Amino acid sequence: MKNDLLVTSVLFMPLVGMIALMLWPNARAAQFKWIALGTSIITFGLSLVLLATFDTRVAGLQHEHLYQWLAFGNFKISYYVAVDGLSIWLILLTTVIMPLAILFSLESIKTRVRLYYIFLMVIEFAMLGVFVAQDLFLFYIFWEISLVPMYFLIGIWGAENRVFAAVKFFIYTMVGSLLMLLAILWLGNHFGTFNVRDILAQVQAAAATTTSAYPSGTVEAALFLAFFLAFAIKVPIWPFHSWLPDAHVQAPTAGSVILAGVMLKLGTYGLIRFCIPLFPHAAVTFAPWIAILAVIGILYGAWVSYAQTDVKKLVAYSSISHLGFVVLGIFSLTSAGINGAVLQMVNHGISTGGLFLLVGMLYERRHTKAMDAFGGIWKVMPLFSALSLVIFLSSVGLPGLNGFVGEFTILLGTFGSPVLGGIFAAFATVGVILAAVYLLQLWNHIFMGNVKWQENLHLPPIRWNEYAALTVVVILALIIGLYPKPFFGAMDATNGSISAQAQRYIAEPPPPIAAVPAVPVAVVQEQEVTR
Amino acid sequence: MFNFATLVPWMVFLPLIGMGINLVYGKRLGERNVGLIASAAVGIPFLIAVGLGMWLAQNNFAAALINPPILDGWISIPSAALEIPWQFRVDTLSVTMMLVITGVGFLIHVYSIGYMHGDARYPRFFVYLNLFVAFMLILVSANNFLMMFVGWEGVGLCSFLLIGFWFDRKKGEGWRNSNAARKAFIVNRVGDFGFMLAIFLTFWTFGTLDYSKPGEAALRAPDTTITDSVSGQITTSAVVVKPIPGVGVFGMAQQWLNEGGHKVRFGSWDVSFTVVLTLITLFMLLGVTGKSAQLPLMTWLPDAMAGPTPVSALIHAATMVTAGIYLITRSNVFFHGSPFTSGVVTLVGALTAAYAGFIAIGQWDIKKVLAYSTVSQLGFMVAAAGVGAYTVAFFHLVTHAFFKGLLFLSAGSVIHGVEHGNHAVSAHGDVGAHGSTHSTHDDHFTLDESTDVAAHGSTHGATNTPIAEEADHEAPFDAQDMRNMGGLRTKMPTTFWVYLIGTLALAGIFPFAGFWSKDDILAATFQAALGDGQIVAYLAFGLLLLAAFFTAFYMWRQIRLVFLGKPRTVAADHAVESAPVMLWPLIILAALAAVGGALNLPTAFESVLGGFKPEILSNWLAHSVTFVPEVSFNIVLAITALGVAVGAILIANYVYGRANPLTKKGDDPLMARTETRRIFELSNAKLFHDEIYDVTVVQPFIRASDTLAGPIDRGIIDRGFLGIGGLVRGIAYRLRGLQTGYVRTYTVTMLVGVLIVLFVILYPLLRQLAGGQ
Amino acid sequence: MPTPGIPIEYFVVLSAVLFVMGVLGVLVRRNAIMIFMSVELMLNAANLALVAFSRQWGDVGGQLFVFFVMTVAAAEVAVGLALIVAIFKAKKSIDIDELISMQG
Repeated sequence: MKNDLLVTSVLFMPLVGMIALMLWPNARAAQFKWIALGTSIITFGLSLVLLATFDTRVAGLQHEHLYQWLAFGNFKISYYVAVDGLSIWLILLTTVIMPLAILFSLESIKTRVRLYYIFLMVIEFAMLGVFVAQDLFLFYIFWEISLVPMYFLIGIWGAENRVFAAVKFFIYTMVGSLLMLLAILWLGNHFGTFNVRDILAQVQAAAATTTSAYPSGTVEAALFLAFFLAFAIKVPIWPFHSWLPDAHVQAPTAGSVILAGVMLKLGTYGLIRFCIPLFPHAAVTFAPWIAILAVIGILYGAWVSYAQTDVKKLVAYSSISHLGFVVLGIFSLTSAGINGAVLQMVNHGISTGGLFLLVGMLYERRHTKAMDAFGGIWKVMPLFSALSLVIFLSSVGLPGLNGFVGEFTILLGTFGSPVLGGIFAAFATVGVILAAVYLLQLWNHIFMGNVKWQENLHLPPIRWNEYAALTVVVILALIIGLYPKPFFGAMDATNGSISAQAQRYIAEPPPPIAAVPAVPVAVVQEQEVTR
Repeated sequence: MFNFATLVPWMVFLPLIGMGINLVYGKRLGERNVGLIASAAVGIPFLIAVGLGMWLAQNNFAAALINPPILDGWISIPSAALEIPWQFRVDTLSVTMMLVITGVGFLIHVYSIGYMHGDARYPRFFVYLNLFVAFMLILVSANNFLMMFVGWEGVGLCSFLLIGFWFDRKKGEGWRNSNAARKAFIVNRVGDFGFMLAIFLTFWTFGTLDYSKPGEAALRAPDTTITDSVSGQITTSAVVVKPIPGVGVFGMAQQWLNEGGHKVRFGSWDVSFTVVLTLITLFMLLGVTGKSAQLPLMTWLPDAMAGPTPVSALIHAATMVTAGIYLITRSNVFFHGSPFTSGVVTLVGALTAAYAGFIAIGQWDIKKVLAYSTVSQLGFMVAAAGVGAYTVAFFHLVTHAFFKGLLFLSAGSVIHGVEHGNHAVSAHGDVGAHGSTHSTHDDHFTLDESTDVAAHGSTHGATNTPIAEEADHEAPFDAQDMRNMGGLRTKMPTTFWVYLIGTLALAGIFPFAGFWSKDDILAATFQAALGDGQIVAYLAFGLLLLAAFFTAFYMWRQIRLVFLGKPRTVAADHAVESAPVMLWPLIILAALAAVGGALNLPTAFESVLGGFKPEILSNWLAHSVTFVPEVSFNIVLAITALGVAVGAILIANYVYGRANPLTKKGDDPLMARTETRRIFELSNAKLFHDEIYDVTVVQPFIRASDTLAGPIDRGIIDRGFLGIGGLVRGIAYRLRGLQTGYVRTYTVTMLVGVLIVLFVILYPLLRQLAGGQ
Repeated sequence: MPTPGIPIEYFVVLSAVLFVMGVLGVLVRRNAIMIFMSVELMLNAANLALVAFSRQWGDVGGQLFVFFVMTVAAAEVAVGLALIVAIFKAKKSIDIDELISMQG
């Protein structure tokens, strides 16, 4: 295997920016933000190179970079990074969301600017690391690193109750991660490596001989649950969601954008990357139960959103609903479901990231997040409102925009899933109705009606950087909505093989209907217009 | 060679281009240019549609599947065998819809140039209208259910935007408009939920969503010998199936229906194919009830009248609401294959027709009457589709587009005229005008009052200073309330005459368009009742006849209240006729409403007609609608229906015949008699359907939402997890007592620890020593 | 390997007595210097035992250890006394019962 430095260079680019920020003289403090923006754009450019050189036909890893890092006793830890169809779009999502978050921050962050952008760089590094790490230990390191800068982002630049929210966020997610660490250590000891590729090879080899790679089903289930809990808290899957509203409400806008845009996807990504392939028996066993949690999350998140009077809280709860769809798609174990779930991760990053951006813009001008403080904004800021409308509709899941494509494929996959079925899809589809209910509630209260507060008549205009960020979101929503084919095309090989692998473990895979051969076409002749 | 059918994507692109121009340059172009561009963006597609019709006639009416020049695919997941393209379909059914949409749409665009004159958001109105036309054309020209769904929800979006077009009106009216818009969107979403489930079921049954596949049309031609060259490799995986490659859903469905006894595998269940079809069609029906405003989801349409009147004409009468009829007709193979659903469809349609017709009697708002009338007429179409008369339903769809479009636009003209009159005399104050407050329960989806200032004071850091609405002592004047009208015949003669034509067409008076189409529907249900002995068809026939009675009654009531008698307000007295740019579309539509019946004259008239062919529309549609019934003209039935309509008109003329039909209190004359009083009150209160929904759906939803968000989420779940944290903290509080801070304590603890360790280590040794002695 | 002269038991007993004295000193004294000296006493008790057994078994390892202990003890004295001086400067007292800022 030839080492390919491309992934590594994408991964470490933000660290270069971070070092530059650290060394930059204080006298030129005005340049901090431009360094950060530049770095994130260069990272985006590099990730575009990654996309351009990505071979969509390959299901396995590409652009691998393997370096034996540490070894003690039975534990061998390697620096092993690579991309495949599952991670490529999530990397792109990360490198797109970061410049947007920084664009928004240009004017709004005034205190401790250097530190702020350093944290943003670290957070990008850690999130990219999670998506590219192919070694469990390395993955865990990145997983935990990502927590720290977010903790400080919330704790330093957050709203009035920031410290409580930051601590809650940190401890909540940490508890889940520690169980995962135990499971990772167990795996490393059992398989003699942390290399995911090698572990997977052993798991699948055992499957080929209809044995299990694990001592017993209980052990596999316990390991699965340890991983699942860590990811479930991060996603968050109902009922592990209660850290999310606090974190979102208190976080600065850029923090919310990153949190909703990318960080929550670390959890769903982990579910696909580790939970299903590493513990296929357990995944199949638990799939209906997790799907029930997901469906509850979809309905619950939507329902609770409706009752919120705080704009940011409403969007935060809507995330729970949207990510319920993603989890449902993943545990449908069908190719359509998993592909849809991955696309929906990207979609949610774009749409909800966009929602947080525009909520942040309103907050900057009005200094309140109470829904009732707005009303009639459409009349005051028509262009801003028009862009917002597209973002809202993409979140509502209007066909022709990105959200619909993901939701549709997920629900389609769920409907035909051998482990779930129509009833799950039916209940989840109710969530699509509710999405319209709570988002239009928000839309009406902010944008519609006549202007009722004098403050809203004199809002400062939207600046160029904010328009730029919103425009990017709108364009992405349109592209993915109208032409998702290339997006599915790049991820399908990988996700299809993950789904096919998992479906081998379903006790009795249903015989395909296509036992009906192509012979009866002759009958078509009789379908003449009957008059 | 140039294939004319390849122009069909431009039907969608042109309105989008028009929309784009007006979106970007609208402010600079000026009203006139904006209107012209928008109208051209719909007018040119109309010409294309005409061309497509001729192209079809030349090409044996074979359906053409056209891929757009850009976007070579849409949702495509090879490993899931999921392939949903952007693909247009040109067949007689879609072209008929295109002609209606662009034809009526063009007239309405032209009309809007005059109607919207002076509006602050003039360009935006046309942007929305063009966007709507684009989505509507996507809906009807799609070749798969999902692309249709794009149009289906897209028109819902435009409807949302246009209903809420005047979202910033003063005195809470803007808020009411916004809520009406939201209600429309959400109720439609409930229907879309059904449509989506139908799509999922369809996909997992047939493995595709395409109506038909390229090349399949050739297979269906009678003389083609079938070789099994089409039986290529079937791609299968564990759950995904593609039962017959190269055949669309309708082809497969019909084949399996012909074979009989086919089973579909869902997971580990084998389900009979007819059961699956029944489920699919029932879910589709839910979608239809949403989009076409049928029971039980019809509540949004009357509220949707909050939008500008051209919108009501285009979206909420002529085109969008007929999408449900289009869906049923398009899927006629499905519906024909499941008699149970067809029965439900018939019943829903007939019930809606009678129900909405009854409510229309008691309305005062000129547009609300027409709105309920639309719901009622849509019920006629749905009922016709239910008894299998798909082409008949379509015939009524087309004629209804003519005369209901006409009526709405004329109503707009009336409102315009009366408003004008009101402005002209605003110095005088007005005489006993009825305010808009009379129409009760308009704001039923209003969940909290926006004007409720006191409840939500300032939130931390931000101040909220309410804007004082300028004092307005003048009683609000409602230009849509029929009580404020009367005697407009002399003030607005053209409007009166076209309105009269529309009324007669809608009431089903010979020889106007509505007579032929409504009679066809009645005949079809009658035939189904007698021929097939379906009980629902008997019921439907009775209900439809009742609805026909109501129709004629409320329409004549409207004519008398609006145009005849004496003017009841100064505004009505000063009303002026609208501008020619508004009148010409009315005249054209009136002509169509008068002679539209010629599209589908009964075969019984063949001898009378000379060279003119009967059943043009049915024969034309038969090229794409598989099941076309033989509806024979029944002279007795026709005379009965005509008698019912004329009778209703006569009764209405008797009740509302005086110069001032209203009672002294300004009430309906029906209120004067105790026996009719209750009926009118019930009708006026819309049979309390908004209240019922409020109590059974809206309020419980909100209460549950508050409960979930408050006690459950913040209470149980959040407290639960914080409780775990608190437990750890509690233990820590206990344990901290051990840290006395005295070095001595630590030393003793250490010493004890050392001793214990020593003991443990030395214990075996001690035992040995003890044993050794 | 038996050696002439004083028997090993004497050394052990003395070492134990010294050690216990050191422990008691640490436990009961409040003056930091005294505690410090008691700790030294314990160390030297251990040293004595080490040296004694070293002679008993003829193994220099014990004596080697003693050197280590003495080195560490010297370092400890240096650091410890510095700490005590610092504490005295801050608190004007070296009574350890007053140094209870770690109380829970």
